[in-house]
Amino acid sequence: MSDIVKLYAFRGSPYSCRPEIALKLKGVKYEFIQEDLKNKSADLIKYNPVNKKVPVLVHNGNPISESVVILEYIDEVWKGVPILPQDAYEKAQARFWARFVDDKCIPAVFKAMVSRGEEQAVAEAHVQMQFLENELKAKGKKFFGGDNVGLVDICASYMALWVGAAEEALGIKLMPKDKFPKLIEWSDNYINCPAVKDGLPPRETVVGIYKTL
Amino acid sequence: MGEVKLFRTWSSPYALRIVWALKLKGIVYETIYEDLANKSSLLLEYNPVHKKVPVLLHNRTPICESLVILEYIDETWNTTARFLPEDPLARATARFWAKFNDDRVVTSIFRAYVTQGAEQEEAIGPALENLDIVEKQLIGKNFFSGESFGFLDLVFGWIAKYLGILEETGGIKLLDEDRFPHILAWKDKFCDIPVIKESWPDREKLITKFQLMREHFISTAAGSS
Repeated sequence: MSDIVKLYAFRGSPYSCRPEIALKLKGVKYEFIQEDLKNKSADLIKYNPVNKKVPVLVHNGNPISESVVILEYIDEVWKGVPILPQDAYEKAQARFWARFVDDKCIPAVFKAMVSRGEEQAVAEAHVQMQFLENELKAKGKKFFGGDNVGLVDICASYMALWVGAAEEALGIKLMPKDKFPKLIEWSDNYINCPAVKDGLPPRETVVGIYKTL
Repeated sequence: MGEVKLFRTWSSPYALRIVWALKLKGIVYETIYEDLANKSSLLLEYNPVHKKVPVLLHNRTPICESLVILEYIDETWNTTARFLPEDPLARATARFWAKFNDDRVVTSIFRAYVTQGAEQEEAIGPALENLDIVEKQLIGKNFFSGESFGFLDLVFGWIAKYLGILEETGGIKLLDEDRFPHILAWKDKFCDIPVIKESWPDREKLITKFQLMREHFISTAAGSS
């Protein structure tokens, strides 16, 4: 029986890219449906009636919503090229850092972007980013996932692409190299992975979105 | 299976999830109560990022964030009844609803409890709408997890006691029996489970605490406007 996989998403969204990267890493064929967020399709609302948001993965007619929930689902269904570690403790650590990125890091960085680089907002963003910088230093590996891309790297796509794009579009500095050498190095390695490169939107698209912010 | 310690406060509903999980799995553990106004150096060492409880310490390694801890417990002590189902789609559904509870249900009910006047009136609508969605989830089921108790019941379990406390101290009525018959029926079944029954913190102490917390929030909000 062949799998029918559809992804309802918005190219340009840092959350929508997550399942795309995971599916590409695992070599899973899927149909991409670009949503107009100002005019959501009847299908999207049918598949995610509670939140009415992208991304939504539909696997053989079954919808899965929430980007991190989708990532764990993809990892459990398509076993090759694991995104999460096997060991229960390592897995817990990955989940912890994925939540940190979503609950603390991205909101702080977004606030700094929206404030156009206001000093206090940037300082607060740097506090959160420092935790990621320290984690990379402590791990001493190429990626948050170790030698290969994992859950935390995929969730932190925002840091690798969206931050740089915002810096360019808004003329602000969010991630200076002297303060965050590990994050900069990680960003370069991450966005140059073939599957990641394929799954991320073009940088110009994101720069364009930020120019209208 | 090693040494297990739980850093918690006496009142936190998030810590209670872990207490339930440990007891249900028959895990022997030591409790360390934290005073959040005066956090121990151990807590700061084990959770430097958030400086929060609960923190589970298993063989001296810390695990933080209640939902992360629940899954860790389920995966590590995996010879007894599992909290999460095996099937990936069922697991994804459970995780979705856990996030819905933590992100939307808790937040909207907390907002209704911690405000007053026009602001509170405005907050009640979204809280009730989210509870409507919760109510729908229980139709045709004994528990949130289905026929028998599981992960989602641990997640939603706070509703069985803390919602009443927030209603009383916040001066609001949310859990109307005509609108939420399934939640009320679930509440009875949930509270009958021995581990749940024996683990609730003292009700009067909770009322006092949540009363004080509300007064603090209201005066802070007034001070900053």
